[in-house]
Amino acid sequence: MDRADIESKMTDLLVSELGLEKEKINPGASFEADLEVDSLGVVELLMALEDEFDVKIPDEEAEELVTVGQAIDLVEQKLAG
Amino acid sequence: MARVTLVTGGSRGIGRAVAQRLGASGYPIAVNYTSRADAAEEVVESIRSAGGSAMAVGADVSQVDAVAAMFETVEAELGPVEVLVNNAGITRDGLLLRMGEDDWDRVISVNLKSVYLCSKAALRSMIRSRWGRIVSIGSVSGLSGNPGQANYAASKAGVIGFSKSLAKEVGSRGVTVNVVAPGFIATDMTEELGEAAVNAASESTSVGRLGTPGEVASAVEYLAADDASYITGQVLVVDGGLAL
Repeated sequence: MDRADIESKMTDLLVSELGLEKEKINPGASFEADLEVDSLGVVELLMALEDEFDVKIPDEEAEELVTVGQAIDLVEQKLAG
Repeated sequence: MARVTLVTGGSRGIGRAVAQRLGASGYPIAVNYTSRADAAEEVVESIRSAGGSAMAVGADVSQVDAVAAMFETVEAELGPVEVLVNNAGITRDGLLLRMGEDDWDRVISVNLKSVYLCSKAALRSMIRSRWGRIVSIGSVSGLSGNPGQANYAASKAGVIGFSKSLAKEVGSRGVTVNVVAPGFIATDMTEELGEAAVNAASESTSVGRLGTPGEVASAVEYLAADDASYITGQVLVVDGGLAL
């Protein structure tokens, strides 16, 4: 799975799980400032990512996520093993 | 009404009454037990014979791995837990000066840590489905204290602080978190107190008698229902007007 696939699946999850508008989602967007996702929303996204990509994201790494791009990086890194 | 319900410590006392009452109302019930498999099976049978569906699931709810396995088992058989009733509890009474460390640790672990473990395990699916009910059984001891129960009262007060915090965390996702705090209820736990203490307890209530486990169960059922969707972070005291 390449980065574009991850980004596309991530976008789908943000729309389906958190009810975000697709147009607003881009790698530079900040979850809290730009997308108005609260801290629990970020946790929800992480749970959905874990299920979707079958990876484990430790809490300490999750806490550092600010932007959509960082979440994509994290999934990419986990999939690379 | 077919909300999958897990009742911890559901083999006897208040937990048994909660399992039976919700079972009779159509909730599929998972009856958790620690050691009394036979008693749990009896509760399961009583629910089934009343037309409900139920299963027994053994687990020490103070152990993280056991809790994870319990949730997996219940989800596989009944579906994701939608109503969690944190009822499992023990007492190890004694004046503080005589209270051993093990009596402290065990009570905190079974009564409070279990609430953390089970609530955390249940939340994932509740948040995702935007609906969930967590009802924990507290105690008036946790509100007003009780000599000889520093450990028990601390654990139950802890359940209240936990529940209020969690209520604030997950309220926006349709999950409510409440506590039912019973006073003197006629169970094995109060029977151990002896007749004189039971009489004194009865007289200290406004109603003039001990409560029944069913009277606690009806409060749990109310908070578990769709109708209670705007009630969260609350402590519903069921004590017959104790020390009003």
